[in-house]
Amino acid sequence: MESYPVADILDVCVEAGQVMLENGAETYRVEDTLYRIAKSYDLVYINVFVVPTALILTVQGKDKQDHTELLRMTERQTNLEKVSKVNELSRHLTQNLLSPDEVKEKLREIKQTPRNFNQWQRNLAIACACGCFPLLFEGTYEDMLPSFVAGGLGHVLFDIVNRWTNVSFFAEMVAAFFIGLCAVFFTSLGIGNDINTIIIGSVMCLVPGMAITNSFRDLMAGHLLAGVAVVAKALLTAGAIGIGIAMVLTFL
Amino acid sequence: MITQYLTYFLAAFVATIGFGILYNVPKRTIIASSLAGATGWIVYYFLSFQIDLDLFVGAGAAAFLVANCSQWFARYYRMPVIVFAIPGIIPLVPGGSAYNMMRAFIEGHSDMAFMYATETFLVSGAIALGLSVNSGLLQVLSSKKLGKRDKRYLP
Repeated sequence: MESYPVADILDVCVEAGQVMLENGAETYRVEDTLYRIAKSYDLVYINVFVVPTALILTVQGKDKQDHTELLRMTERQTNLEKVSKVNELSRHLTQNLLSPDEVKEKLREIKQTPRNFNQWQRNLAIACACGCFPLLFEGTYEDMLPSFVAGGLGHVLFDIVNRWTNVSFFAEMVAAFFIGLCAVFFTSLGIGNDINTIIIGSVMCLVPGMAITNSFRDLMAGHLLAGVAVVAKALLTAGAIGIGIAMVLTFL
Repeated sequence: MITQYLTYFLAAFVATIGFGILYNVPKRTIIASSLAGATGWIVYYFLSFQIDLDLFVGAGAAAFLVANCSQWFARYYRMPVIVFAIPGIIPLVPGGSAYNMMRAFIEGHSDMAFMYATETFLVSGAIALGLSVNSGLLQVLSSKKLGKRDKRYLP
């Protein structure tokens, strides 16, 4: 088997880890994937450490030299298609090895994959989802329309403010405040029965459902640091939503 | 009765599709993950609201079912489990209890607020437990095959 420079292999590993972590994979999955990629290149003493904001990888090559690379993460979003593609790539690597350059090329392709749906289609989808939630929370059919409008507009507003200020806490608070206002507006017009159901349904588009489940999974997998970090994120988001709604409710 | 269940199923299905699109689930698996989510929600509704078990029992059982479905879908489509599990879990997330908790805190009923806080915590714990019981079972049942492979970082 050919041997490649350890630095190149590390680059590939870190890049793969970056794509996964940026797009919402759980930390244990990132660790597992990096371990497997490094292993398939015949490196030894592989140690991977991943928290939601950073990634450290140390390996030893055939020259008995230790190599370490650290990556600091700032942006996070959710794009499960990219996660699954990197996962597929790592499985492919364990069966037939590619050179680091080829892997880099594939990773670049994965990074540039466009989203399946554009911004408006996504907003419409999330509005439909919010429109359905009142039914699930024992609401009535009349609550669906206000929830649809409030949830959709709230998500649009969240996107805009988030891009503008880059502080997701603030963006969630503003969006939740807006959703509360919408709900008050609709019920005062006589559209919709129960303001609580409308708010719960439309706020679901901001709820950190993924953070909650991922963090508990990380905690139970023994990744205490990562788990606690994501729990903190989820609590912050929940607090932001709560404050936003509270500002509306106190003036009722 | 049946129409009621059908409406709920459809509502949960559409809600999961919406979140699937937001999270950019691969196109060919959106329907599968939504099926998992809708089935999970129907089980939650049946256990917690029809036969009046505690909320967290229903949520745990439903989360287990979602995880189990996701795992079979993951094998069938050869994709990681989270592609199916994350959108599928969304309808179960205790948004209602969290909201009621916040509202009770604001209105000064802290006893009610603590009740809702407990409920929120228990339900989200139960969801996580359902997910982990499934992956634990998977590892116990397929430990022979896993033993042959290399050491892994697994939950």
